Amino acid sequence: MILVVDMNSLKNPFGFSEFVLPIVAVAEELEKCVVKHYLEVNEKNLNSYDKIILSGSAMKNTVTLDQTARFTWIKDCNKPVLGICAGMQTAGLVFGGRLKKCREIGMTEIATLKANQLFSSASKVYALHNYAVVPSNQFEVLAESAKCVHAIKHKQKNTYGVLFHPEVRNKEVIQRFIQAF
Amino acid sequence: MRLGVLFSGGKDSTLALHKAAEKEEVVCLITLVSENKESYMFHTPNIDVTTLQAEALGLPLINKATEGKPEEELKDLEAAVAQAMKDFKVEGVVTGAVESVYQAARIQCICNRLGVWCFNPLWKRNQKALLEEIVSEGFKAIISGVFAYPLDNTWLGKQIDEDMITKLVALSGEYGLSPSGEGGEIETTVLDATLFKKKIEVLNSEVEAKGNSGVFRIKQARLTEK
Repeated sequence: MILVVDMNSLKNPFGFSEFVLPIVAVAEELEKCVVKHYLEVNEKNLNSYDKIILSGSAMKNTVTLDQTARFTWIKDCNKPVLGICAGMQTAGLVFGGRLKKCREIGMTEIATLKANQLFSSASKVYALHNYAVVPSNQFEVLAESAKCVHAIKHKQKNTYGVLFHPEVRNKEVIQRFIQAF
Repeated sequence: MRLGVLFSGGKDSTLALHKAAEKEEVVCLITLVSENKESYMFHTPNIDVTTLQAEALGLPLINKATEGKPEEELKDLEAAVAQAMKDFKVEGVVTGAVESVYQAARIQCICNRLGVWCFNPLWKRNQKALLEEIVSEGFKAIISGVFAYPLDNTWLGKQIDEDMITKLVALSGEYGLSPSGEGGEIETTVLDATLFKKKIEVLNSEVEAKGNSGVFRIKQARLTEK
C-alpha cells in the first residue's frame, strides 16, 4: 500500500485534482494508494504503508516549506519516500538543505549524473517551480538542469526527490520507484 | 477566491468553469479571438459564440482579439488576464487544460509573472471519463470541428452522447486519436450546460469540410428559455 501525501494548502481548492490525483492514477496501475493531507500525517500513522510519495503543489503554494517541523517523520521512518517538486523541496529542507530561487516552467532538459533506480534517460521533463533545493551532503545528486538540481537520493536511506513532475511526463519514474521497493 | 476562466466555449473550458464554480466564485470569462487558424493556443471554430455563452451564464466576458502569432498571442493573453485582475479583482485563472503541456506551461508562465493562481481542474483526467461527465452533467456539446483521419463531415454538428463516446473510444484504439480531441482532432461548442440560465439555439449554420478536415460554423444563434 502506497501513501500519497497531499502537499497542497487547504486554501487551494484544486490542488488535490491537479497535483495528487494524477500521481494516484499512475501509481494505482501497480499498487493501491491511500491519500492523506500532510496535516493528517505523523510518525504514528505510517505503519500500514510500504512506501510514501509526497505530491507537488501549485506554484503559488509554498505552505509546506514553512512547516518543515511537521515533516520530521520523513527522517525517522524507514520507508522508501519519493518527494515530487514541493515534496522534494520539503524533504530536502528536513534533511538540512536550503532553497534557492529557480524558476522553470514547461519542458526542461536535464542531465543524468549518476545511474539510479528511478530513471536512466529522462532527458526532457515537465518543470513547474519557483524554487529548487540545494541538498545537504546527506544526499547525492542524480540529475540536474542548466539551472538547478532535479533529482536526489539520500546516501543511506531510500529517500528520493525529483523536482520535475513525473506524473505529467516520464510516469515510469513513479512506477520504477514503486517496483524498486 | 475570485476566479477568471479562460473560455473557448468548448467542452473542456465549460467543464472547468463548472468545477471552479462548485468551489469558488467565478467572476468573469476571458476569451482570446485568434485570427490565426493554426494557433496552438486559442483557435477554435465559433469563438464568437462565447458572447452568447457568457450571456447565458450571466458572466462578464473579456473578449480580446489577437493576430495569433506564436508567442505574440501570449502577450495578448497576458494583457487580458491583467485586465481581469484590474476590472474584476481576479485572484486566480482557471483553464480547461487536460494534456497539453504546451498550453499549460505558457499559461502558468503568465500567471506566475502576474502573481495570480493558475488552476487546471481537469489536468491529466482520463479522457473517456471526461466525455462521460459532460454527458452525465447534461451538457449539450456539439462537434464544431474535425481535423484528423478518419473523422469527416458526418461528425459535424452532432451532439456528444453515449453512442458517440463509444465510437470515439473505438477510433482512439484503432487510429490513435485522442478520444476527447486533446491532440486537436476535435473541437466542440457547448450550447447548453448546467450553469447556463438560457440555452443557445442555432438558427443558421454551414458546414465547411474537405476530406478529414471541416468545421460546423454557427452563423446565427440566439438564447432561448430552458
